[in-house]
Amino acid sequence: MKLTLRIWRQSGPEDPGALRTYEVDGITPEMSFLEMLDTLNEELIERGEEPVAFDHDCREGICGACGMVINGEPHGPDRTTTCQLHMRHFEDGATVDIEPWRAAAFPVVKDLVVDRSSFDRVIGSGGYITAPTGSAPEAHATPVPKAAADAAFEHAECIGCGACVAACPNGSAMLFTSAKVVHLNSLPQGAPERETRVLDMVETMDAEGFGGCTNTGMCTTVCPKGIPLSSISTMNREYLRALRKGA
Amino acid sequence: MALATRTERRPPTVVRLWRSTIGKKTVMAVSGAIMLLYLVFHMLGNLKVFFGPDEMNGYAHWLRTIGEPVLHHEWFLWLARVGLLAAVLAHGVAAYQLSRRDLAARPVGYRHRRARTSYATRTMRWGGVILALFVVWHILDLTTGHVNPNGESGRPYENVVATFNTWYGNTIYGVAMVAVGLHIRHGFFSAAQTLGAGSAARDRALRLTANGLALVLTLGFLAVPVGVMTGVVE
Repeated sequence: MKLTLRIWRQSGPEDPGALRTYEVDGITPEMSFLEMLDTLNEELIERGEEPVAFDHDCREGICGACGMVINGEPHGPDRTTTCQLHMRHFEDGATVDIEPWRAAAFPVVKDLVVDRSSFDRVIGSGGYITAPTGSAPEAHATPVPKAAADAAFEHAECIGCGACVAACPNGSAMLFTSAKVVHLNSLPQGAPERETRVLDMVETMDAEGFGGCTNTGMCTTVCPKGIPLSSISTMNREYLRALRKGA
Repeated sequence: MALATRTERRPPTVVRLWRSTIGKKTVMAVSGAIMLLYLVFHMLGNLKVFFGPDEMNGYAHWLRTIGEPVLHHEWFLWLARVGLLAAVLAHGVAAYQLSRRDLAARPVGYRHRRARTSYATRTMRWGGVILALFVVWHILDLTTGHVNPNGESGRPYENVVATFNTWYGNTIYGVAMVAVGLHIRHGFFSAAQTLGAGSAARDRALRLTANGLALVLTLGFLAVPVGVMTGVVE
């Protein structure tokens, strides 16, 4: 397979950046999207050019490090992470546009790498339970109803890749924040901080410069982990409940 | 030694509500619901036009007597107007502030653009502006009568017929009623989500209700100009 890539190149945060065109040959359908970029980067290094910077780590779809907007869609045409996207989803000779996540809260570091530490600060403001550390507690020490465990697990699947923010027309982080709020607020272990968690995390989310939610649902259509739109509504309910209780 | 307890002083609930994005959306949802409720009664009242001038004008007169003798003549109407004005202002200010924030959250856009949200969703902001302008014209036309070709106080039936006998009256009204339908289609669903009513099991019903409300209101409102144009109402 041969592809024409138009990749966002930006040498640093201050550089205005631009799309640059590259031709890549010798791509096989079973290659992952990142392997295709590796192929390009090897060629660039051989030619003495600067390779394209992009984030990646586990390359098995569970860490949330990778992510780029491919033809206007975060993580590309398949509902998965960029590392698990395979070149069989592209046609030979096609032109593919590759851009970084675009959000004020995700400043570009270089090329396709963005700084997502705003997510860490949202988590740091309440995305945990306060418990003494030490040896692992007995698994059945705290009974958890099956429905609550299922709901918590569904939302705990969020890997914090940021595709929801990248897809949202408002650059909103509501799906990310709600996934963690619903995950912990569903469980008995999360109950003592139920109100402060949602209030503090939403406050940090707003302070980081993410936009507001207009319920377009774009976030859920690109989420590689299938966090549902109802997650946002549940967080809204938790938020209003916490405000009413005056926490 | 006693430890100092952590006493965090938080601002009042209303202030916190208005400061947060979710809170502002809540204000929009509640004010939108108030206006939607008003629209339902407004649309039902409009349909009186099909029962002739006496029925329509009598209904308009009755509206001014609601609450009597506890309330003075027209007081109920003015209370409703003040409430609606507050809803419009709250809705507009929150929408403006949230929109500013949303646009600032993506300072650099994508080169490869894909519009995949529905038309109703994409037109919420400008659709809202169109509706606000329409309301100004609509009040000058049929409440105060300043721009009405007939403009006779206390005779809404004749004024309505006069408006819809003009091409511009029909055009402005038609565009606005399509806009209001689109606005409700996304707005009702979005408001339900904001107020926490959404769930995987309920979202389908919420979307159906939103579409149904939008369709019924748009068709109900459009029935009046269509009635005048076809000569059913004259």
